[in-house]
Amino acid sequence: MANMEQMLLKRLNDDFADVVESITCGVGDEVTAVVRADAIKSLCAELRDRADYSFEQLIDLCAVDYLEYTGEKCDPAKRFAVVYHLLSIKHNQRLRLKVYISEEQPSVDSVLEVWRCADWFEREAYDLFGVLFYGHPDLRRLLTDYGFIGHPFRKDFPISGHVEMRFDPEKNRVVYEPVSIEPRVLVPRKYHEDNRYLGKGEEVNNG
Amino acid sequence: MAEIRNFTMNFGPQHPSAHGVLRLVLEMDGETIERADPHIGLLHRGTEKLAETKPYNQSIGYMDRLDYVSMMCNEHGYVLAIEKLLNIEVPERAQYIRVMFDEITRILNHCLWLGAHALDIGAMTVFLYCFREREDLMDIYEAVSGARLHATYYRPGGVYRDLPERMPQYEASKWHSEREVKKKNADRQGSVLDFLWQFSERFPQYVDEYETLLTDNRIWKQRTVNIGVVSPERALQLGFTGPMLRGSGVEWDLRKKQPYEVYDKLDFDIPVGVNGDCYDRYLVRVEEMRQSNRIIRQCVQWLRNNPGPVMLENHKVTPPQREEMKGDMESLIHHFLLFTEGYQVPPGEVYAAVEHPKGEFGCYIVSDGANKPYRLKVRAPGFAHLASLDEMTKGHMLADVVSILGTQDIVFGEVDR
Repeated sequence: MANMEQMLLKRLNDDFADVVESITCGVGDEVTAVVRADAIKSLCAELRDRADYSFEQLIDLCAVDYLEYTGEKCDPAKRFAVVYHLLSIKHNQRLRLKVYISEEQPSVDSVLEVWRCADWFEREAYDLFGVLFYGHPDLRRLLTDYGFIGHPFRKDFPISGHVEMRFDPEKNRVVYEPVSIEPRVLVPRKYHEDNRYLGKGEEVNNG
Repeated sequence: MAEIRNFTMNFGPQHPSAHGVLRLVLEMDGETIERADPHIGLLHRGTEKLAETKPYNQSIGYMDRLDYVSMMCNEHGYVLAIEKLLNIEVPERAQYIRVMFDEITRILNHCLWLGAHALDIGAMTVFLYCFREREDLMDIYEAVSGARLHATYYRPGGVYRDLPERMPQYEASKWHSEREVKKKNADRQGSVLDFLWQFSERFPQYVDEYETLLTDNRIWKQRTVNIGVVSPERALQLGFTGPMLRGSGVEWDLRKKQPYEVYDKLDFDIPVGVNGDCYDRYLVRVEEMRQSNRIIRQCVQWLRNNPGPVMLENHKVTPPQREEMKGDMESLIHHFLLFTEGYQVPPGEVYAAVEHPKGEFGCYIVSDGANKPYRLKVRAPGFAHLASLDEMTKGHMLADVVSILGTQDIVFGEVDR
């Protein structure tokens, strides 16, 4: 495992033990820190401003809906995650922050004041997942149609949507109607027991 | 005295210099922009959600359609993320082929950008010149993948097939005489690499031609110098990457700083701007074309001398040879499984980024161990750039909006996804 990532992991552990729930160094030596939802904004500001971190850039911000992860129902208190990808130009380092938020109250503080580019990323996450960002001055929909209902990237939103649109020559305008197509699955989602990815000592259950 | 009020103007979504389907609501004070509010999403196709419903390999084609002027670079970002999750290593020849095509794509992208940008500002000829060069490069796309634009050439584990030994030829028809066709085919007698080599010898002169038309052109400079100035600090705040960031004087290129594939073995320079205006970003991109040409030449030389496999021999991920399938039961099973349900990817999450012609193109994949991604997030460079339009245009004139949109190199396929 690369040295720099290990160092970052250790430093984060030492400096922010009170707000960081867990830190892992996952696939491809990517450091992921799970952060308490109420602390994200102050942590981000500190990660940006402290010279030994200086994450000047927010590369990406997105939401993930863990509703049916590995095919099982998830814990409603941890249904959504907001994922921040940070980049430090100075130290040539990347960091991923994750905040889990609940189904009931999917909200988190906006980091727009820390990184200006969070603006549209947060609007997109709100639009597609219904995650609310406190302190965002202009949380409008971004990608979906004007007057769209629902949050299309949630796992319980069907891929074919709820309404379809056509031009009605009689009314002389566009009308919305319930969809006429059935949702279908071309290739089912499959999980295989696969011994290639097992650690040493683990065994495959082929039963 | 009459009361003077701001008025709101609607720009697009069908406007030739909106570079696609951008609806821009401009709040104007006379001819000065007070506020710009881009409305995007008119080309939103839900690529990320579609990818969640399909096996990994079937979404490669969707990546071409994100930024539809730099197709293979998008594929590269996606394929790299999968490879990182699977923890597989690509054969060296395939890595060189990928790098070569990434640079071909960069030239393709910058040629289109330069042509369209110049056309927006009023220089017609550059557009025609640029499209002449794009033609040759798209022929190379076609020779290796069969498609001029949406190639689907990169696969997890390598590239779809090796470079062909023979360049496709023009054929005589009612409209093109035998003699005409012979002339057109003159530099197509060798392999794809020979054709590309000849192109790379011509190309620097072509770039000189563009520069003759623009670099010292008084009108061009009036329209771009000191327009849309972004300081390095603001560029970082606004999430700029690629030429937009380098135009502001920040030396940052993933090909140098976080090298992927074989970029660390190649010799090239990173151009950096000084003032952070539209003119500097133009200079950066023009120089990038020259550097890409240098990289292509190094790749061609390496590829000529080093034959080898272009696809990983791991048939859990890559399909076996057609001939093997005819006689070998196991190959047949591998083939069947790969093309019916795909391959399973170990659970985890990765972010892989490439230096796309427009900036940092990244794919964030969350896998839960199934044959489809659980969540795919595409980090498109144009998205962050367009978001800054309000800040960049504030206080400028209406005509400068077109310059600034052009300099951002916006393509709606990737902004809307």
